[in-house]
Amino acid sequence: MPRYRLRVNGSERAVDSSDADKPLLYVLRGLGLTATKFGCGLGQCGACTVLIDGTAVQSCQMTVANAQDKAITTLEGLGSAAKPHPIQTAFIDEQVPQCGYCTSGMIMSAAALLSKKRKPSEGDIRSALDGNLCRCGSHVRAVRAVMAASGQRG
Amino acid sequence: MNAPVKTSRFSRRALLKGGALTVGFALTGLRNDASAQGAAGAPRVLDTKEVDAFLAVNGDGTVTVFCGKVDLGQGLRIAIPQIAAEELGIGVDKIKYIEGDTALTPNQGRTSGSNGIQRGGMQIRQAAATAREALIALAAQRLKKTPEDLIATGGEIRPKAGGAGIRFASLIGERHFDLKLDPKAPLKNPASYTIVGKPLPRPDVALKCTGKTTFVHDFTLPSMQHARLIRPPAIGATLISVDEASIKSVPGVKIVRIKNFLAVVAEDEWTTVRAARALRAQWSEWSGLPQQDKLVETLRSDPGITDQTLVTKGAPVSPQPQNAKTLAASYFWPMQSHASLGPSCAVADVRADAATVWTASQGMHDNQTTYARFLGLPKDKVRLIYLEGSGCYGMNGHEDAAADAAILSQAVGRPVRVQWSRADEHGWDPKGPPQLLDITGVVGADGRILDWRTDMWIPQTTRGLLNIPLLGPQAAGLDNIVGLNTGLISQNGDPPYAADHIQVIVHWLKEAPLRPAPLRSPGKPANCFAVESFTDELAAAVGIDPIEFRLRGLENPRAIEVIKRTAALMKWQVRPSPGADTSAAVARGRGISFVHYKHTETYVAMAMEVAVERASGRIKVERVVCAHDCGQIINPDGVRAQVEGCILQTLSRVLMEEVKFDRSHVLSIDWSSYPILRFSDVPNLEIDLVDRPNEPPFGAGEAACAAVGAALANAVYDAAGVRLRTVPFTPERVKAELNGKAS
Repeated sequence: MPRYRLRVNGSERAVDSSDADKPLLYVLRGLGLTATKFGCGLGQCGACTVLIDGTAVQSCQMTVANAQDKAITTLEGLGSAAKPHPIQTAFIDEQVPQCGYCTSGMIMSAAALLSKKRKPSEGDIRSALDGNLCRCGSHVRAVRAVMAASGQRG
Repeated sequence: MNAPVKTSRFSRRALLKGGALTVGFALTGLRNDASAQGAAGAPRVLDTKEVDAFLAVNGDGTVTVFCGKVDLGQGLRIAIPQIAAEELGIGVDKIKYIEGDTALTPNQGRTSGSNGIQRGGMQIRQAAATAREALIALAAQRLKKTPEDLIATGGEIRPKAGGAGIRFASLIGERHFDLKLDPKAPLKNPASYTIVGKPLPRPDVALKCTGKTTFVHDFTLPSMQHARLIRPPAIGATLISVDEASIKSVPGVKIVRIKNFLAVVAEDEWTTVRAARALRAQWSEWSGLPQQDKLVETLRSDPGITDQTLVTKGAPVSPQPQNAKTLAASYFWPMQSHASLGPSCAVADVRADAATVWTASQGMHDNQTTYARFLGLPKDKVRLIYLEGSGCYGMNGHEDAAADAAILSQAVGRPVRVQWSRADEHGWDPKGPPQLLDITGVVGADGRILDWRTDMWIPQTTRGLLNIPLLGPQAAGLDNIVGLNTGLISQNGDPPYAADHIQVIVHWLKEAPLRPAPLRSPGKPANCFAVESFTDELAAAVGIDPIEFRLRGLENPRAIEVIKRTAALMKWQVRPSPGADTSAAVARGRGISFVHYKHTETYVAMAMEVAVERASGRIKVERVVCAHDCGQIINPDGVRAQVEGCILQTLSRVLMEEVKFDRSHVLSIDWSSYPILRFSDVPNLEIDLVDRPNEPPFGAGEAACAAVGAALANAVYDAAGVRLRTVPFTPERVKAELNGKAS
């Protein structure tokens, strides 16, 4: 079975897959990195968003073959409970999630935004998160959290 | 007494940072594992008449609370411990919490109807009060004092006058109370509360933000297999044949076929996805759905209609004043999906003599009965364990996916995880039913409602139904529920305002076009949309400001207060609708609605400011203001989050959502054919919570939903002079109205 070498959250991981087109989403979840969620498999909802070389990518739309030789970061790699990323801290402070299914994807999109723009406007945040759907209605808190994480109080 | 206070986010943030009150289980996981099962030596008592069903004092000084209601993201996981800790006299950090497990938690009924706090929480409050009195009595014997001289605080009973106390654990740790829940056990005076009313953080939030939550989607068992279902192309089609050779290219797949139930099972999830896509099957033809563009006529002419008068109050005024005006209007709310962000998922381990099912369903104990029936097992041999899922807001596909998993596990003899696809969830989740309302009314020139009649056409819930008919058992020909379950969708069909004569008549439909189920705030968003829109129509007909019109018909001070607070926050300018410049290219306006939820519960007033773009028909909601009185507030940040969710989810439903179908199947099967609100559509929300510590607490997870549709429709009327009576308010529909065509 073909073997693929991935760099996930700073570690080298070897993954066997008979299918070169297996989406990265399933590979990551198979590695126990289950913060990355299956929402649609169609690239429409953002629940499976991860960082690929610092850019927010929907992992259901990237194949395992194409994910090789790239730096992959999932929510687990962004920060931990003991040492959270500033966006995670802000999401906790603002008590953003309700059901929390979309939260991981939202945080990853926000992390990509802040790595490119340190002080985004509210409009920047809304457009960076526009591909992340949320059914519970946590949007207002999410925007406030990203503002807070970038040192701006809304 | 009634001391309405505005809650501030600031106090919550201070608490979060300062850790003045922390939650013990914050980062240690929330699983119902054996170590968290409370009184280790004592077997579980599940009889809700017993204190032991709800509470156990552990040897280490902690107290385990057992809650039959589940936390779907609405915050019970902190609010219930707050209630129990407050009433017992112990820190909330000393509370361990077990939820939704038929083997461990008592049956407190389905987590629905916004009753988690007002029923489930109050039951636990009363159990805690009973337990506290028992602990005081035990301590009184040991300390040789009278109970009146003792107080429960900090996890011990101590003399009020000072001196050493005795810890709860020393009094009863690891042992049963053996005590009936006393419905008259005295409750603490709310003035003395130190935990209830505080915006404590929800313990699941930090876990969700760091990827540490085990959703049901993430749960695995040794030797577990993955499965996907193959649905028929037409809803009522039967399976004729399966071409097993069609998945030769996908090795390691087992096909499970039980009558019309068809699934693929494999060791690996992606393999099942590929197999489900590749598998070819022949199904019969079926085209039993009504024609969507004739749905309203179909509902009106349903041959199975039975009529029922729900409300009659007063008597018609005769003769009517000469200047009275008579109005009539029809309103329609379409079928909508729960549209959960994650397709439903469940894990089941069914053995010859017992079954365990892990599910995110709101109805653990009800499912126990229905699942036992189709599995052919005794009810007490079927255990359901709640794990978090993607928010369901009623009954989405969770119950079905869990039944699918149970059927498959029984078939293959191994634990099975079923993951629905996006098309499964959108296409096959039970739908919020269609609702058609006609209203006629007569209003006097002074704004007095002289006559009001609502006629509603809605599917009727079958009496005593424990569940909804489940897809898996139905397809597999197993014992299944028969009937309809919509939730209580006929409430709030009458106005909350004084009127000389009010009638509400429901025309019950025997069938629903698509399988119905309760969807958040069942029926009330549609009924209040119609009632509060029509109220606005009456006000406009007699040229009275919409708020002034409502206030003239209200006496209840709590109703009046939420409306006045909303008006104040909006800086509402008193004038009749519509506004002066309805033909502007971008017309702006404001609207209000008021809801007394179920006529007995939470009070909500909501106002919106909108901009209507004439050329495109696009509505932009620029501002939403909501004053909300749900009585005693347990956790103000939790209430605020729920109100935010109610507003945004219902705005999405009103602006965008309608399930489309042809004669055979649902056409809205993903986020492009069933769009929902996005970040760029989300308005600013201003929420004013009225806290009434001395009143009973009501739910906050549904009531505000009911106020959204009319606040928006009334604002659009004020802005552009057009009355939207059909949901959703898509740009095409708004444009048609602006151009004077029927929608």
